[in-house]
Amino acid sequence: MADGGAQGYGVILLTFLCACLLAVLPLPQWLLWARPEWVALALVYWVIALPHRVGIATAFALGVGLDMLEGALLGQNAFALVVVATLSLTLYQRLRVYSLWQQSAVVFVLIGINQLICQWVQNLQGVGAQSLLFLLPALTSALLWPVVLQVLRSLRRGYQVS
Amino acid sequence: MLLVVGLITADLQWNNFQRSRAVLDIVVSPIYWVADLPTRLAEWTQTHVQSRARLLEENARLRRENLVLQGRSLQMASLQAENVRLRELLNSSALPRHDVLVAELIGVSPDPARHQLVLNKGTQDEVFIGQPLIDARGLLGQVVEVSGGSSRALLITDATHSVPVQVNRNGVRAIAEGSGTLGSLDVHHVSATTDIVKGDLLVTSGLGNRFPVGYPVAVVSEIERDPGEAFVRIRAVPTAALDRSRHVLLVFTAQPAQKQ
Repeated sequence: MADGGAQGYGVILLTFLCACLLAVLPLPQWLLWARPEWVALALVYWVIALPHRVGIATAFALGVGLDMLEGALLGQNAFALVVVATLSLTLYQRLRVYSLWQQSAVVFVLIGINQLICQWVQNLQGVGAQSLLFLLPALTSALLWPVVLQVLRSLRRGYQVS
Repeated sequence: MLLVVGLITADLQWNNFQRSRAVLDIVVSPIYWVADLPTRLAEWTQTHVQSRARLLEENARLRRENLVLQGRSLQMASLQAENVRLRELLNSSALPRHDVLVAELIGVSPDPARHQLVLNKGTQDEVFIGQPLIDARGLLGQVVEVSGGSSRALLITDATHSVPVQVNRNGVRAIAEGSGTLGSLDVHHVSATTDIVKGDLLVTSGLGNRFPVGYPVAVVSEIERDPGEAFVRIRAVPTAALDRSRHVLLVFTAQPAQKQ
């Protein structure tokens, strides 16, 4: 039996906070473009694991928080994360039974969509990457997906979040 | 879904969210502060674990440098007075004085397409929006958002930023825009007959009342003259250490007393 709703949500919130922290960690210049989308990864995991708990509203709030953190146009990451959450919600049953590499491939596409939306909104402002380098985070995120999956899964089982 | 699209367009069209962002920054700056901890820890260990010999050597070097700089600024007082007198003779208004405030970087915008810094001074230290930022070697950018204890600054290399500049040698005026890549500025719309060559120092021209006049901005690194195009393509390298400065100076301009 689950340990109670409040504690469960605390764990989820803590993982999102850690993801935000990793998202702003200063990286050396040559690594900057390769930073994986930690927040989107965490969101995809929690939506797949607990679709009745973490949904579009959480994605929206998370996106607005990330926008304020990054100094981006308010709504840029919100839009992207809401789209990612919607797609994850439609796909979660299939994703659960996929093998690890198939999941990584789907995560690659999901984060790729996230990056694309962010790029579009940035282009509205006149900022934005000049080359296809903005898709590199999608690759690194997909490669890190198995690690993220294991860590968050052990957290979820350890604290019996549901 | 509609709410999100509405939010994006709202922020794009109006600047209403300025104040709410200032308030919400209180939540955001702790995260940057925590993310900055590893770097701070590394720097702390580096300064505290140095050998005595190195420290003595660095001390001596800094004393020599200090002496040279003080010597150079000895004449400052008399030069300033002379400048004021000459300007009065020409009946032009006196140049305003500048005071500086040292601020420390607590974060860099993680998005590589946006060149923004997070500083540890805010409205409590009378930082205002549009305030220029310099480091020891040149212009860095300007403040774009302020909250209680922190603020955000845009660097000159950000794609949405432009600085009015003039060539130090002959006073030719131009506008240096950020290119989106760190380490390079574009100077647009300079005609082919303008007297500007590689190696020219570009300084702020003071036009537009945003940046005080005379601060070095960049050095021209490349000029492409294509006879088929109306303008030359000029690229310049900023003089400030944009990706390495940890401490920056915020410039306050003291308004001179108005002459009648």
